[in-house]
Amino acid sequence: MTIRMVYFAWVRERIGTGEETIDPPASVVTVADLIDWLAKTSAPHAEAFENRARLRAAIDQDFVALDTPIGAAQEIAIFPPVTGG
Amino acid sequence: MIHISVQQSAIDIATEMARAEAAGAGAVATFTGLVRADDGVGTLELEHYPGATEAALLKVAEGAVARWTLSAAIIVHRVGPMHPGERIVFVAATAAHRGAALEACAYLIDRLKTDAPFWKRETRGDASSWVEARDNDHAAAARWE
Repeated sequence: MTIRMVYFAWVRERIGTGEETIDPPASVVTVADLIDWLAKTSAPHAEAFENRARLRAAIDQDFVALDTPIGAAQEIAIFPPVTGG
Repeated sequence: MIHISVQQSAIDIATEMARAEAAGAGAVATFTGLVRADDGVGTLELEHYPGATEAALLKVAEGAVARWTLSAAIIVHRVGPMHPGERIVFVAATAAHRGAALEACAYLIDRLKTDAPFWKRETRGDASSWVEARDNDHAAAARWE
């Protein structure tokens, strides 16, 4: 199952790209699992994801907690806490 | 009436006020946020999540309209680079009377701060850094739950 990953702010900068397409193994069930798996794929991913408390996520553009199952997600976003307004 | 805009261009207050007043209510409450020159900030850059941002703002506006029976809710947020003194956000709530309009206006800006995917980056001289989220913004948003 391919998923489009999108990254914002310093997560995007540390990874070095704003989006990528991934194909995680079936053992990846939740967003947190996905982050663990991605962190092992490269040093920049590991650096971007080193502190889980500073990461937020969205599945198909809806904000979700990191323990949410990814299900049949087409697009998953990982980003820092928001700072608009 | 709900109007949402996420835009690169400057926010024109006269246009937005005319839009609010055209909703035909007795009371219009507005909030305008300006870029602060905190500790010598020269440029503030706003990044957002296209599509998700507009959807999140629409949900905030719909929440306000339903809760206070507003005739209009307006949210205009700027993105891209901007400078101290420039408008970064404008919200307006229109209702029959001031109580609902004022409360709904506070709701719009409080919820926008925690519910919409925007990120601020400040540049001071040659150094730039991402702005950290503030706990008190979450406390402000939580009071409406």
